[in-house]
Amino acid sequence: MKNMNVAISISVATFTALLGAAIGRDEAFRAHMWVAFAVLGIATIFAFRNVKFAANGYSFPVEDQSKYLDGVVRYGVIAAMFWGIAGFLVGVVIASELAWPLLNLEPYFNFGRLRPVHTSAVIFAFGGNALMATSFYVVQRTCRARLWGGNLAWFVFWGYQFFIVMAATGYLLGITQGREYAEPEWYVDIWLTIVWVAYLAVFLGTLVKRKEPHIYVANWFYLSFIVTVAMLHLVNNMAVPVSFLGSKSYSAFSGVQDALVQWWYGHNAVGFFLTAGFLGMMYYFVPKQAGRPIYSYRLSIIHFWALIFLYIWAGPHHLHYTALPDWAQTLGMVFSVMLWMPSWGGMINGLMTLSGAWDKLRTDPILRMFVLSLAFYGMSTFEGPLMSIKSVNALSHYTDWTIGHVHSGAMGWVGMVSFGAIYHLVPKLWNRERLYSLRLVNWHFWLATLGIVVYISAMWVSGIMQGLMWREYNDQGFLVYSFAETVAAMHPYYVMRMFGGLMYLSGALVMVFNIYKTIRGELRSEVPMGEESIPFDSATLQPAR
Amino acid sequence: MSNTAKKTLLSRHAIIERNVTLLLVLSLLVVTVGGLVEVAPLFWLENTIEHVKGMRPYTPLELAGRDIYVREGCYLCHSQMIRPFRDEVERYGHYSLAAESMFDHPFQWGSKRTGPDLARVGARYSNEWHVQHLKDPRSVVPESVMPTYAFLADKELDINAIASHLVANRDVGVPYSDEMIVNAATDMRTQTDPTADSAAMVKRYPKAVAADFDGDPNHLTEMDALVAYLQMLGTLVDYSAYNPTQDDR
Repeated sequence: MKNMNVAISISVATFTALLGAAIGRDEAFRAHMWVAFAVLGIATIFAFRNVKFAANGYSFPVEDQSKYLDGVVRYGVIAAMFWGIAGFLVGVVIASELAWPLLNLEPYFNFGRLRPVHTSAVIFAFGGNALMATSFYVVQRTCRARLWGGNLAWFVFWGYQFFIVMAATGYLLGITQGREYAEPEWYVDIWLTIVWVAYLAVFLGTLVKRKEPHIYVANWFYLSFIVTVAMLHLVNNMAVPVSFLGSKSYSAFSGVQDALVQWWYGHNAVGFFLTAGFLGMMYYFVPKQAGRPIYSYRLSIIHFWALIFLYIWAGPHHLHYTALPDWAQTLGMVFSVMLWMPSWGGMINGLMTLSGAWDKLRTDPILRMFVLSLAFYGMSTFEGPLMSIKSVNALSHYTDWTIGHVHSGAMGWVGMVSFGAIYHLVPKLWNRERLYSLRLVNWHFWLATLGIVVYISAMWVSGIMQGLMWREYNDQGFLVYSFAETVAAMHPYYVMRMFGGLMYLSGALVMVFNIYKTIRGELRSEVPMGEESIPFDSATLQPAR
Repeated sequence: MSNTAKKTLLSRHAIIERNVTLLLVLSLLVVTVGGLVEVAPLFWLENTIEHVKGMRPYTPLELAGRDIYVREGCYLCHSQMIRPFRDEVERYGHYSLAAESMFDHPFQWGSKRTGPDLARVGARYSNEWHVQHLKDPRSVVPESVMPTYAFLADKELDINAIASHLVANRDVGVPYSDEMIVNAATDMRTQTDPTADSAAMVKRYPKAVAADFDGDPNHLTEMDALVAYLQMLGTLVDYSAYNPTQDDR
C-alpha cells in the first residue's frame, strides 16, 4: 500500500473539523469549521484516490532520489499565479468600493472584511507561494542537492494553501485579530507555525546536505526571511483564546506595548517577507536571466548583514507622534533613514549585474521586468526613509500617501520580480523550448508599469492633498475643511486608482494566458523582440515594372 | 595594507558561508538585537504610560461592542490616536495618552484615516444619530464612503458568552474582579435598559451610561453594543486633573 497514511491523516482532520462545526462555541467558529470540513473533505477524496495497492512481492517504483524535486515548484508557480489574480481582483473590488460605496455588500463583502483578504492574498498567498516555489528551486540548484525531507515539501505546499483558505474565509466571516497583516486568529496561527517550521526544516536540511562548499548569497536571504518571519509570527500572535472551541482571542499585550510589538512585526513583514525573501529571488534570477555573475560579492556581504540588522529597528516609524515614547520614535526614525544605504546596496548590486549586458534590454522583456522591479525597489526604499522623518510623517501619516508607497513596493518590486521569475522558470520546469510569446510578456510589462504609475501618482496627489486639507487654516484661525469635505475631494483619485489596479490586473491575466499556452507546449509564431513588427521589405518599395 | 585587511575579512566571511549552523545562529542574533533594545524596555520602563485618573476596564456591553468594532475591521479606516498637532486637537480633542489604551487587547490606534479619528467620538452625537449613521451613513453624511451596517440591528447579542470574554481579558492583565465576572451578563442587560436600577453596574464601572442604544427595547443587539462602545470612547479620562508637565516621556 502506498499513500495510505496521508489519506488517513487527512480524513482524521476532516472528522475533527466536523466535530468543531458541531460543538463550536460561537457561530463564526462553527461556520469556519464547516469551511475547513468542506476543504479537507475534498482533499480526503483526492488522497484516497491516490492510494495504491499492490500484490504481494510487488514494490512500487521509487522516484529517482538523485534528481531535483520540481513537482512542488511547478505547483507553487501555478498557486502563485492563481492567488495573484485573486488578490489583484479583490484589490480592484475594494478600490471600487471606496470610489462607489454602494458596492459594499454587507456583511461579508464590506470594505473592512475584504481589505485583509486583499492584503493577505497579495502578500502571503501570491508573495508567499512565489517565495516558497523559487526558494525550493534555487536552493536545489545552488546546493546541487534534492530537497531534504522527502514529501515534507509537499506538506509545506498543501499546508500553506490550507492556511490561506482558512485565513481568507475567516476574514469574510469576521474572524480577525484586528492586527494589520496578522489578522488570522489563534488556531490558524498555530497551523501556520507548524507549516512554517516544516518549511524551515526542508530549507535547512537541503542546505546541510549540499554538495557545493559555499552557501550561495540568495540562500542567505531566503534563510533569514524564513527564520525572522518565524520569530515575528510567534511573538506578535501571542494571545489568549476565549475558548479552545471558539474563534475569538485577546492579544497578550495591550495599548502602547501592543502597538510597538505589532509594528515591529508589521514593518518586518515588509522587511523580511517582502524584501529579504525577494532579494533572495533577485540574487538568483537576475544573474541567470542576464547571463552575468552578480556585480559585487563584497557588496552582497555588507548589504546583507546591514540590511537584516537595521530593518528590525524601523517599526516605530509607523507610530510617529503617537503615545509611543519619544525615544522609541526617534530610534525608529534614525534606523529607517540609515536603512536607505543597505537597500540601495542591493539595488546597485542587482542593476550593475547588467553592466555589459544592457543591450539585452532591447530584446528581453523578462530582463526588463527585473530591471524595473529593481528601479521600483530603489524608489520605494528612498521614499520609505523620507516618510519616516517625523516632520514628513506628520503630513503623510493616516493618508493615501502611505497606501501609494506600499503599492510601489508591492506592485513594482515584489510583483515585477515575481513575474520575471515565473517567466524564467516555466519553460525550464515544463521542459519547453521557450515561452509561448515574448511579445505578450512585453504587453504585460507595459500594462503593469502604466498601472503602477497611474496608481501611485493618484495616491501621491490624494495623500498629500488630504494631509494639507486637514491642516489648512483660514485668516481668522479656523480650520477650513470639515472632514467630510476632504473625503469628497478624494473621489476622482479613488477612481483613477481603480483604473491603475485594473491595468495591473489585466497585465497579470495576459501572463496567465501566456503561461497556460507555454505549459501546453504551444509556440506563437511572432517577429522576435527588437525587430520591426512589420518587416521592412524592399521589394514592396520597388516601382512597378 | 588595506587590501590585506579586506582579504582577511572576506576570508573570515567564507567561514560563515560554509557553515549552515553559524549562518543561522548569526543571522538570528543580528535580527534579535533591535527588538530587544527597542521593544522590550517598554514593558518595564515606568514612564511608558503616564498616570491618569478615570481609566477603567470596559463594561461587558462596551467590550462586546469593541469586539464588533474589531470584527468589522473599523480600524482599517478609522484611527483612535490623536496626535499633538493644533489641527488634530481642534478637530478631535485632547491628544491621546498611552493610558487611554492600557486595557485595549489589541490596540486599535489604526494607520489610516479614510474616515475621521474616533478616539474621542463618545458623547458627541446622539445614540439615534449613530444608529442611523451605521444603518445608512450617507443619509446623515452625504460625502461618506462608509459601508452600511444595518445587519447589526438584527443580530442578537450572546449574553451568556460575555463572562468568558471577561475571564480571557483578565488572563492577559485587565483588572476584572470576580464580582465583575459573576455579574457580567446582568450588567450587560442593565446597561441597555434605562429604566433598570444601574447603581451597582455604575459602581463597578464608573461613568458607564445606561441607555436603549439601538432604540429597540425588546432586543439586545450588536447595534446596542457597538453604539455603547462608540459612545464611551474618550470619555473616561478627566483632563482637568491631568497635568502634562508631570509627563516626562
